Amino acid sequence: MSLTTRAANHDPASQARIVLRAEDVWKSYDDGAIVVLKGVNLEAAKGETVALCGPSGCGKSTLLHLFGGLDSPDRGRVSVNGVEVNRHRNLLRLLRHEIGFVFQLHNLIPDLTLEENCLIPTVAAGIDRRTGQARLHQLAERTGLTERLGHRIQKLSGGERQRTALCRALMNRPKILLADEPTGSLDEHTSGAVFELLLEIVATEGVTLVMATHDRSLARRCNRLLEMHDGRIHEPVSA
Amino acid sequence: MIFLKLIVTNLRRHRIRSLISIAGIAFSVAAMLTVVTILQGAIGMFSGILSSDSEIIVFERNVSDLFFSNVPAAAAEEISGWPMVAHADPVLFGIVSSADHPIITCFGVTPADARIRKAIWLTGDRLAFAQHADDVVLGQRAAEFLSAKLDDHVPIGHGVFHVIGILKTANGFEDGGVFMPLSSAQSFFHKEGVSSVITIKLRNKDDTASFKTKIKAKFANLIGLEDAEFTRSYSQFKILKATAWAVGGCGLALGGLGVANTMIMSVFTRIREIAILRVCGFSHLQIGAMIFGESAVVSLLGAVLGLLTGTCLLYALKLVPALHGYVDVTIQPVVMLIVILLALITGIAGALYPAAYVTRIQAVEALRFE
Repeated sequence: MSLTTRAANHDPASQARIVLRAEDVWKSYDDGAIVVLKGVNLEAAKGETVALCGPSGCGKSTLLHLFGGLDSPDRGRVSVNGVEVNRHRNLLRLLRHEIGFVFQLHNLIPDLTLEENCLIPTVAAGIDRRTGQARLHQLAERTGLTERLGHRIQKLSGGERQRTALCRALMNRPKILLADEPTGSLDEHTSGAVFELLLEIVATEGVTLVMATHDRSLARRCNRLLEMHDGRIHEPVSA
Repeated sequence: MIFLKLIVTNLRRHRIRSLISIAGIAFSVAAMLTVVTILQGAIGMFSGILSSDSEIIVFERNVSDLFFSNVPAAAAEEISGWPMVAHADPVLFGIVSSADHPIITCFGVTPADARIRKAIWLTGDRLAFAQHADDVVLGQRAAEFLSAKLDDHVPIGHGVFHVIGILKTANGFEDGGVFMPLSSAQSFFHKEGVSSVITIKLRNKDDTASFKTKIKAKFANLIGLEDAEFTRSYSQFKILKATAWAVGGCGLALGGLGVANTMIMSVFTRIREIAILRVCGFSHLQIGAMIFGESAVVSLLGAVLGLLTGTCLLYALKLVPALHGYVDVTIQPVVMLIVILLALITGIAGALYPAAYVTRIQAVEALRFE
């Protein structure tokens, strides 16, 4: 059985604001030997924060990768703002302008400075340097990284690195932020602070957040908490 | 700017590997430059011998090497009598050896030859040339390596010759050569009544075409070519040039393999990073351009270093006494340009596989790559 987990409000206006949609999505590996997603349906509205909780291997990260176009479903349809993700022509535009990723590991380029790391998405999207710099300074101010812009990644603390990754993900003003265990590698105190910042920024920017996490205390602070188990979203839990 | 920074950062990350690749390209470029320049210089010198105070060379049709060309003396006599001809000088080329010197170039010439008339005579009397059958004039370097002075008798090949003069010439072959009277050379090399070539100076350069036509009409076995035309078409020169470029090309191909190895290793060690660039919106084209950019930087740095090394090497070779006069260090701009272009092409070719590999990297797989 698969449930259609809809956006929080079911009124037509809310439906019109759906930015992320998965319809009967299946995904398997090893020629079908391992079925990771079994008919997942999910919708997320503009500005909504959705937490995916569940045990390791239940398909949370796979679902995020499908939303970001990093992988393609065996069956079903994944769309962002009504545009199907897994068409190559759409994919680049999606990664450059619509979607930002934050991973458990910061995945920054160690030999570059914080500033250079954050400007990478603007280079990819062909955004001019001045506009990129202005946006970076805005984000750096919000995340408290202004003083660290010229520092190399090796010189930053774990929290600073994850905040840098957050800045990088938001550089091109994406409408959706996909976060895969964004605080999973941080201690409890830093984890709370980074998550607080994450929620604050997505709220300010009107970004839709879909986050995979094991941390239920953090997950409960999202608009919706969805339980994933055995490749399915079982039922929505009111956050 | 960030894009360039990424390229430089990737190269700096593995400094030793990058430096080895640069050195590989540099040595290849230096080898190519040195070999090509020396051979171009040698060809230029040989052409210079032929074009001394002349603009046309007449030789036996369809010979692969001028040493095998036999031009009858009667032809030289007849041609020199043509009104359009200012002078026609028969020259016989030969190679002999003496103790410790396996190759000495001999020129059988007449006293009227420009090589005798216009050379700088360090010692001896130009007017005494060809008065006796065993008279020879030595180039300055030949005199040095034969330890010969004016009036000495020197063993050359199977004969002993009387040195009646030593002359100085800018041409390496002539400077290391021996000038004999034409008749003596014909006898010495068993080529009585023939010369290897006739060098022609016309009274009016406009008569060149009609001169060549006349040669063709009068002497079926001979051909007349302008100096530049001869340099372009002479098969020995073509073989030498092809050999030089082939040797240099092989060196460059090895350098290219070094670049390919560096780029492959560079890509393999940052698969995850490349996946992140994909996630940040980099297209395959942008990532490919980054890989090609890295190899282009390696190739260009290698080419510049190679040009410097090659130039130094040429100057060093010029200082070697045994090669004095044989090495022309004038590097032709076109050679320099071709060498740089070849280095760049080699570098880019070396990045083809890594770039193709990068486009096949699946971001989702690479993100799991540790």
